Amino acid sequence: MAILAFAETTNKRFKKSAFEAVTYAAKVATKLGSECVALVVGEAENAEQLGAYGAARIVQVSTAATASFDSQVYATAIAEAAKAVDATVVVLAHSSTGKSLLGRVGIKLNAGTVPGVNTVPEGSSGNLTFGKPVFSGKAFADVKVSSPSAVVSLMGNAIPPEKTDGTASVESLDVSVGEPKVRVKSVERVEGVTPLPEAELVVSAGRGVKAPDNWGIIEELANELQATTACSRPVADAGWRPHHEHVGQTGIAVRPNLYIAIGISGAIQHLAGVNNSKTIVVINKDPEAPFFKAADYGVVGDLFDVVPRLTEAIRKHNAA
Amino acid sequence: MAHVRVYIRRPNQYGHCMKILVCVSKVPDTTAKISFTDNDTAFDTSGVQFIMNPYDEWYALVRALELTEGGKGETTIINVGPAANDAIIRKGLAIGADKAVRIDTEPSSTRVVAEEIAAYAKDKSFDLILTGKETIDYNGSEVGAMVAELLDQPFVSYASHLDATDSTATIKRDIEGGVELLEVDLPAVVSAAKGLAEQRIPNMRGIMMAKRKPLEVLPASGATENVQVVKYTLPGDKGSVKLVEADNMDELVRLLHEEAKVI
Repeated sequence: MAILAFAETTNKRFKKSAFEAVTYAAKVATKLGSECVALVVGEAENAEQLGAYGAARIVQVSTAATASFDSQVYATAIAEAAKAVDATVVVLAHSSTGKSLLGRVGIKLNAGTVPGVNTVPEGSSGNLTFGKPVFSGKAFADVKVSSPSAVVSLMGNAIPPEKTDGTASVESLDVSVGEPKVRVKSVERVEGVTPLPEAELVVSAGRGVKAPDNWGIIEELANELQATTACSRPVADAGWRPHHEHVGQTGIAVRPNLYIAIGISGAIQHLAGVNNSKTIVVINKDPEAPFFKAADYGVVGDLFDVVPRLTEAIRKHNAA
Repeated sequence: MAHVRVYIRRPNQYGHCMKILVCVSKVPDTTAKISFTDNDTAFDTSGVQFIMNPYDEWYALVRALELTEGGKGETTIINVGPAANDAIIRKGLAIGADKAVRIDTEPSSTRVVAEEIAAYAKDKSFDLILTGKETIDYNGSEVGAMVAELLDQPFVSYASHLDATDSTATIKRDIEGGVELLEVDLPAVVSAAKGLAEQRIPNMRGIMMAKRKPLEVLPASGATENVQVVKYTLPGDKGSVKLVEADNMDELVRLLHEEAKVI
């Protein structure tokens, strides 16, 4: 019996979600009296480090076919590894990669699937209940899996990675994964910025900024905090900011530790994308803005005065 | 009387008619108030307006139409659900789909939906099956991957650009912090993200034509069930917002550092 965590990599380095998945799997293993096995597909630098997050064993499937991502190839590798270690729970990240795999692996193992879990399950194997947000974060659901095994994807920033003094060695697993039908030609990356779905600090602005030329004060605040910038839908639709920064129900859902909303009124569709943030700060000149109802801290004032002052206060705090 | 333009289906430059299946789902309107009934085990639909899932309608369906219109091929939409879903299916036809299929069952899980779609598509030789990247209610992102697995086809998620020939598709796929450019063998299943197409509003001619387009209702094949929502909860009240004076940002920073412990 084992709890299997698929540790995602990008450019052969583990993503933060890999450490989250292994930490979560180790917690589930402790709860169910099982052991945590980490799975690496393809090459990874320093795969042994997963032992420090609670993996008792690390298995690696690496062939020519696993060099780039194809959901068929990767799902086969994960399902075969799950069978090899007799996994009762398989943990993926709720990322673009994990979401491409969850349904496939569930069908291969004839296991119930739960996307976007954020709690350690209650119950025992064959009768596990996982918690997860639904309706774009407006509610939560407890989902019971009645099949002997379960495949889940773990919401980002739900379980912080925890280091232990554990160690584990890497075993190579020889399985047949088939030929890829997807050929990755190139990858364009936005360098140096934490992607929004993974960001712990987010500075977001809306129509209150009035014009794209005024975005500088938002970026200065984000730089000082080392935060990722985001925007509301009207700002993305107007072309002031790229679509990949649009946060909300039809954009990206974020769940950072800190979300600073500047000049955003707080339409229900925007709130749906942010209301799982741990702390929300709202800066708006309209004291009646609905966003204040969802905020932990609020500042009523003109953003063109408040934001530079906040940037300066953070600068002082960082220097202290 | 609306004029009905009849296209002679003609192959594309590659000598092939593209057949696309678009999976559409019914979801609560984005402004719907979320509440629960039956001892918090079911979504309370009273007073809720339902719409076609925006990712299915705005991106998957419209891109399918762009690839098949003008006689280049044929777009079929499929929905798994009860007769009440016909309004949404007709909207899809009004936007421009050639025909529609509804699998007549009240699906209780994503897996049921995927198995019904796969059972329908199995012997129809679609070149592409498109879905939205997720539904805006359960946000699972599961149907596409499941359909692909059941049909033993490749699956590409989060497509923000899609072009297809008769044997391959070229796709830009949104990934965390970037974009992947890839090529995939057809047939394949692809999920649609923002950017894939522009929303279309159905016009009066489309609405009139939709009434005469075929909507086939088929019985469900009866799929297996292994997950169940046992309880819904609403988030607790945030409590009231703590206001900080606009000229005292040092205090806000102190609160974020000492009280919220986020910086």
